[in-house]
Amino acid sequence: MSRAYAVAASVTDPEMPMLTLEDLGVLRDVREDGRRVTVTITPTYSGCPAMATMRDDLVHRLTEAGYAAQVEIALSPAWSSDWITERGRQALRDHGLSAPGAAPRPGGPIPLTLMPTARAVTCPRCDSARTELTSEYGATACKALYRCADCLEPFEHVKEI
Amino acid sequence: MSHQTPDPNDEHGSVYDGLLGTDTSQWAFGTDFEDPLAGVDTTVPSELDAAELAAYCLALGDDALVLSHRLSEWCSNAPDLEDDIALANIALDLLGQARLLLARAAAADPSVVPTLPDGSPVPVEDALAFFREAVDFRNVRMVEVANGDFAHTVARLLLFATVRLAAFERLATHADPVLAAIAAKGVKELTYHRDYAGRWFLTLAQGTEESRRRLLAGLTGLWPLQAELARAYDAGPEVDVVLDQVFAVSGVERPDVAPMTGRGHTEALSRMLAEMQVVARAHPRGQW
Repeated sequence: MSRAYAVAASVTDPEMPMLTLEDLGVLRDVREDGRRVTVTITPTYSGCPAMATMRDDLVHRLTEAGYAAQVEIALSPAWSSDWITERGRQALRDHGLSAPGAAPRPGGPIPLTLMPTARAVTCPRCDSARTELTSEYGATACKALYRCADCLEPFEHVKEI
Repeated sequence: MSHQTPDPNDEHGSVYDGLLGTDTSQWAFGTDFEDPLAGVDTTVPSELDAAELAAYCLALGDDALVLSHRLSEWCSNAPDLEDDIALANIALDLLGQARLLLARAAAADPSVVPTLPDGSPVPVEDALAFFREAVDFRNVRMVEVANGDFAHTVARLLLFATVRLAAFERLATHADPVLAAIAAKGVKELTYHRDYAGRWFLTLAQGTEESRRRLLAGLTGLWPLQAELARAYDAGPEVDVVLDQVFAVSGVERPDVAPMTGRGHTEALSRMLAEMQVVARAHPRGQW
C-alpha cells in the first residue's frame, strides 16, 4: 500500500465518522505520481451531500502529508452496501448501528415489495433478534429506522443497496 | 453590494458571520464548488447526436428537479415525522439525479446552458436549474402540478417512480456510458421510492373511508397526466404490470378519465420556479 493510499484510506465519513472512506467502500482508487495524487471516490446515493466534505477532507489531509491532491468522481459501478468492509461493519455495530445484509441482485425486472422490507436485523445494543422497522428512511438516505422489542431502544440500520 | 467582512469587534456583527469563514462571496451558491462529474469522461460516443443526448438528459433531469422541489415542500408539513423524513430523503435522491443529469446535458452540449453575467460563480447545473424560464423546462406536467394532500403525493410518487424505474432499468445499458451510470445508480434509489409509495397507496386505499376517498381523488386528478408521463419515458407493458398489481391488491380500479390535451406546461410550473429561482436570480454573482 502506498503512503498516499494510507493517508486517503484513513479519512473518515463526515456523517458516520466511525467509518473510514475505505471501510465505507467509497474510496475507489488512489493514483500517485511523485507528489501528485489523484483520489477517486464514488457517491453512496446520487444526492449524497457528504461528497463535498469528503473531497475537502481528502485534499486537506493529503496536503498536510505533503501531496498536491485532486479528487475525481466515479459513477460506475454504482456503490453497493456490500462494499462496506468487515471492519466497517464491526465499527457500525460498536457504535450502535446495524450493518446491512446482502444487497439484492435481481436477475430480471425489479420486483415490487408492498410488505415491509424483510430483513434479519439484530439489535446492535442487546443482540436481540426481535426488532421492528419503524421507517424505511432515516436521518440520512442510507439508513432505515428500527426499534428493539426487547431492550426497546431505537437504532439505525444501514440499508442494502 | 457585496457582503462585508465580519468584524468581531463590531457590536452589530451578525451571529451568522462565522458561517462565511474566510470566503466573503458566493454565499448564495455555497462556499465552494465541486463538479459532480469531476474526472468522468464526458466525451459523447460518436454514434450519438450530442444535442439529442443533451435534450434527453435535460428532460430526465428536469423531471427529477421539479418533483424534488414539490416533495421538499412537504418538509415539516408531512403527516408524521417518519414520512417527513422519507419524503425529504426521496427529494434528495431526485435532486442528486437532477444534478448529475443537468451536468451531463451541459457537458454534452454547452449551448443549452444559459449565459450568465461575467464573474458569476454559478456552475452549469445551477445555471440550468435557476436561470431558465418555465418555457425552457422539459419536464412532464405530472411532476409540476401543485401538491395536494398526502394521498395525492403518494399517488404521484407511485406513478412517477414506477415509470422512471422501468426506464432507468433500460437506460442502464444506454450507449452513453455517463447516462448509463447515472441510470444504474438511480435504479437502486427508485426501487425504494416505488416501494414506499406502493405501501402507502395500499395502506390509504384499504385504510379508512376518508383515506380511500382522498387516495382515489388524488389518483383520478393525476391520471389525465399519466399518458404524457408514459410517453416521455417510452413506458412499456412492464409499467402496467406493476401498476395493475398495486391497484389489484388495493382494490382500486384504473381511472377512466381522458388524457389532458395540449403540451408544454401548466401555470403551476412558473409559480413554483418563481419561488425556487428568486434568490439565485436576484444575486446572479452570488454576492450581496
